[in-house]
Amino acid sequence: MTYTYYPGCSLHATGVAYDKSTRAVFDRLDIELQELEDWNCCGATSYTSVKKTVAYAISARNLALAEKTGHDIVAPCSACFYVLNKTRSRMAAQPELRAQVDTALAEAGLKTDLSVPVRKPLEVLINDYGLDWIAARQTNSISGFKIACYYGCQIVRPYGAIDEDPENPVSMERLFEALGAECIDYPPKVRCCGGMLIATFEEVAVQLCEDLVDWAVRGGANCIVTVCPLCQANLDLLNLSGKGDRPKIPVLYFTQVVGLALGCTPEEVGLEHGLVPVDIPAPPLEGRAGGVPVSAGGGAA
Amino acid sequence: MKTVADPRSGPPAPGVLSKGERELRQAFLAETNRIPGGGRLDHCIQCGTCTASCPVSYAMDYTPRQLIAMFRAGGLEELLASRTIWVCASCYQCTTRCPAEIQITDLFYAFRRIAIERHLSPKRFPSHVFSESFVLQVKKYGRNYETANLVRYFLKTNPIGMLGWSKAGLSLMAHGRIPVRPEKIKGIEGLRRIIAKAETFDLPQEPADFELGTDTVGYRAIGGTA
Repeated sequence: MTYTYYPGCSLHATGVAYDKSTRAVFDRLDIELQELEDWNCCGATSYTSVKKTVAYAISARNLALAEKTGHDIVAPCSACFYVLNKTRSRMAAQPELRAQVDTALAEAGLKTDLSVPVRKPLEVLINDYGLDWIAARQTNSISGFKIACYYGCQIVRPYGAIDEDPENPVSMERLFEALGAECIDYPPKVRCCGGMLIATFEEVAVQLCEDLVDWAVRGGANCIVTVCPLCQANLDLLNLSGKGDRPKIPVLYFTQVVGLALGCTPEEVGLEHGLVPVDIPAPPLEGRAGGVPVSAGGGAA
Repeated sequence: MKTVADPRSGPPAPGVLSKGERELRQAFLAETNRIPGGGRLDHCIQCGTCTASCPVSYAMDYTPRQLIAMFRAGGLEELLASRTIWVCASCYQCTTRCPAEIQITDLFYAFRRIAIERHLSPKRFPSHVFSESFVLQVKKYGRNYETANLVRYFLKTNPIGMLGWSKAGLSLMAHGRIPVRPEKIKGIEGLRRIIAKAETFDLPQEPADFELGTDTVGYRAIGGTA
């Protein structure tokens, strides 16, 4: 199956490891990702705060371009996922807005028909392929990973990407347990990391992030796994904090851990981009390597 | 916790709305009518689920519940100058839990847009500058060039604070997470035409006849602590 891949701005910058590992996982599973040709910024929440119709129009340009391909959009960044979905749903609900956005898009010869859904890679892997199918392709053990599965906000709110209770999603836990990793009980899994407050109200965001990290460490996790580049950056930056005896903990993307389980090398999933080294091994599973190049171990310096 | 009030208006008398308030209210209602379910604001039962669910309500000058009460009591001017509407991190927890199904997060966006259009936020208020820096990047390149965006933002709001960030910046750069140059999309001219056309549907309102902006930088401008 083929999907239209919308990386978004963060995955070409602070979230580069999410870009590498998403491509690596899909490649390893023989699922085709075609990057959306000449995509633009989704507008994030910053644009909505300034101009409303413009925010929808720039976001809709991406929908219009993607609709030409006819494939479902896969957007790893939770903010992109949310903004593109919001544009689709508001345009569908409000004919006046839709007419205005289409009038604006016509200036560049584009038009939307809202035919293409916007999805998250986690949901695509689980719903289109299934846990058993993915587990059957596992080549390396990730049983050394004790994971705090952190979902954050915009994968579950307001447009839930995964089909469970938005207060207690369990997709990541199901996926990692199918692959033999241990997931700790992590009650703040859908609490906010502060998002862009890290720039505008830094002390507020830092407080939220400290709570999230401390909770994971107290629960016995040896890594936090995220689905959003902003969550990853905010939590990872705490590792630089010189404050007291603040514990350091690797903050990974779910695709990095899945990639290791599928035999990707640490470089292929971009482990070197994390701010603390990952020294959790991912040794080959006996009799499962089957000609696929396997990682010699999970460690990235 | 400090509250912020416009010294020139004071609390409105019961049943009487000032001219400024009436005008703002019309602009706001025009905005909310374009949000699906926007009219549900009237259904608020002041239960406080929003405030209890909000992870940052402790950092607000008014809680989300208070903000809705203020709007209904005719305190829109004061509300628009509040720190609250900018502290919201868009986590949507209040919106998903609200038993009256009020789109609280989206209402806050509407408040922000009116506050910017009406020049009710202090000119160099951090979040406002951040949003505008972001918009400039998108108009210039079609994508958000995070590096330039953050540098411009810190220069405008808090040049000294940038020193604190340089450690983070250098570390991110050492880990290959800061691109050295922006990516410009091929269709940038088309995107600019789209933006220009869409802007005609977002015509700014006339500025209100009072000005809360000061030259104070940062949180102090609105009575918070830096």
